[in-house]
Amino acid sequence: MRPSSITGNAIAVGLLAIAVLLAFGLGRFPIGPAELGRLLWSALSGEPSGLPAQVETVIWNIRGPRVLAALLCGAALAIAGTAFQGLFRNPLVSPDILGASSGAALGAVLGIYLSLGLFAIQLAAFIGGLVAVGAVYAVGSAIRRGDPVLVLVLTGVVVGSLLGAGIGLVKYWADPYNQLPAMTFWLLGSLAGTAKTDLLPLLGPVLIGCAVLVALRWRMNAMSLPEEEARALGLRTGPLRLAIVVAATLVTAASVAAAGIIGWVGLVVPHLARFLVGPDFGRLLPTAAILGGGYLLVIDTLARTAGPVETPLGILTAVIGTPFFIWLLASSRGGWS
Amino acid sequence: MSLAANALAYGYREREIGSDIALSLARGEVLALLGPNGSGKTTLLKTLLGLLPPKGGSLTLDGRPLSELSPPERARALGYVPQAHAGTFAFTVLSVVLMGRSAHAGLFAAPSARDRAIAHAMLERLGIERLAERPYTLISGGERQLALIARALAQEPAYVVLDEPTASLDFGNQGRVMSEIRRLAAEGLGALFTTHDPNQALRHADRVMMIRDGQALASGKAAELLTPERLRQLYGVPVETVTDGDGRVAFLPG
Repeated sequence: MRPSSITGNAIAVGLLAIAVLLAFGLGRFPIGPAELGRLLWSALSGEPSGLPAQVETVIWNIRGPRVLAALLCGAALAIAGTAFQGLFRNPLVSPDILGASSGAALGAVLGIYLSLGLFAIQLAAFIGGLVAVGAVYAVGSAIRRGDPVLVLVLTGVVVGSLLGAGIGLVKYWADPYNQLPAMTFWLLGSLAGTAKTDLLPLLGPVLIGCAVLVALRWRMNAMSLPEEEARALGLRTGPLRLAIVVAATLVTAASVAAAGIIGWVGLVVPHLARFLVGPDFGRLLPTAAILGGGYLLVIDTLARTAGPVETPLGILTAVIGTPFFIWLLASSRGGWS
Repeated sequence: MSLAANALAYGYREREIGSDIALSLARGEVLALLGPNGSGKTTLLKTLLGLLPPKGGSLTLDGRPLSELSPPERARALGYVPQAHAGTFAFTVLSVVLMGRSAHAGLFAAPSARDRAIAHAMLERLGIERLAERPYTLISGGERQLALIARALAQEPAYVVLDEPTASLDFGNQGRVMSEIRRLAAEGLGALFTTHDPNQALRHADRVMMIRDGQALASGKAAELLTPERLRQLYGVPVETVTDGDGRVAFLPG
């Protein structure tokens, strides 16, 4: 039995709040809710917060940006995954199904190979993701036979594996002492070292893409029907599909550019959200965003506190995601509720 | 006022499935489309719904070429009831029926109170209001078919096109769906359905069209058209006739 949608959203928001408090409260400089409140108040009112300067620096320049980045990336991946699962009528789809992650990864490893600066590497990743999905979409649309959705997915899989070969080749060329570790680190995903300046290139695409997806969410129910049924209900499926793909790719590419490859979030969180508020996309999409932000924040907090050195995010999401998904496969019957 | 095809050729991009179809569905009448498997019935339905562009001839809706209508305009005039399938996500039956309101809502709009009222009214009309909050994936095949009819009616169309509406239904549900189709016509909607059962066409349709290999074999009033000889031509097997004391006829294959 699932909770009512109001209860479901209350649970999601509650989990998010706990995740934020934990993220600030854990680490080498634990920052309690009271201190956090005082700091926010001082920022709003201009009064001195009375906290040590060191703590203020940690919050504003280190922990704060990292928490925000985790929330944005998690929400982005979850919302893109939810939209894609509906669009491709398949609950096992994740936001990188059309090659967004592999395209971004190729862009990033090329950037590292060419010894570009950090910002240029992120830009290369972002552009790589967009170009890969653009290519998949162009090829998929040019093949005019059968179900357009199925053709698109298959094209994505094929192009993704070609991009994987490209990544392998660049790694093979790379200098094994300097470049290769950087590439490996990037491919496993991390938010370590996120600075305030990293937030702006993340914030813009994520907000725009999420706004488009949230605005279109009421049409996503009918978009999850077979192509001809959706058209018979009066939907302009071609333009709608393109809008959803562009928006979901924008947020995925931005989050991969900022944090590297973090699998599983876009696959697992939509199912958790569906469990809380049901499959209706009108309610599901906002809940998935809230839950996704909280989920990745918890993972990131774990990543920086669980061991003597940071654990890559992609490793943690896989370790948590795999058993969860096996449980999901074993326990779901009668459709993906 | 009718959905009318003249010298219509239809098919897919590179392949013509059928040609020279003349057909007219008036409001308030039931038209049955009979034909063996692979005769091109479903492709014809898709063309009549405007989902496939005609490959020749004319196709008009109340006098306007169907191809000139926008997708929402089309969906407000033509309701489509596909063959029932379970679907991927466990939407509630109410959510499924609300999807029928898509063509009446703005691109970014949530279902309005009016949309919900209409969806509930259609569920009630089909006697499945009690299923409103049940997952569509967990109801029976017959209930799904009724839910899809409710969804098509939520489009508030003038014509309803049903693709083998009784194909996977038990005996009782077949009867319920067919009498629902009759009721639609009584209320002034035009209804077109495909079927494999000539008895259904005889009993519930005003007019019948027989197609085979994409060609119209014959069309006319159900009672006049449906003879053992024509059915033998259509299906390629001998057909037996049973007649009851009141002179009502039923057909048996073989």
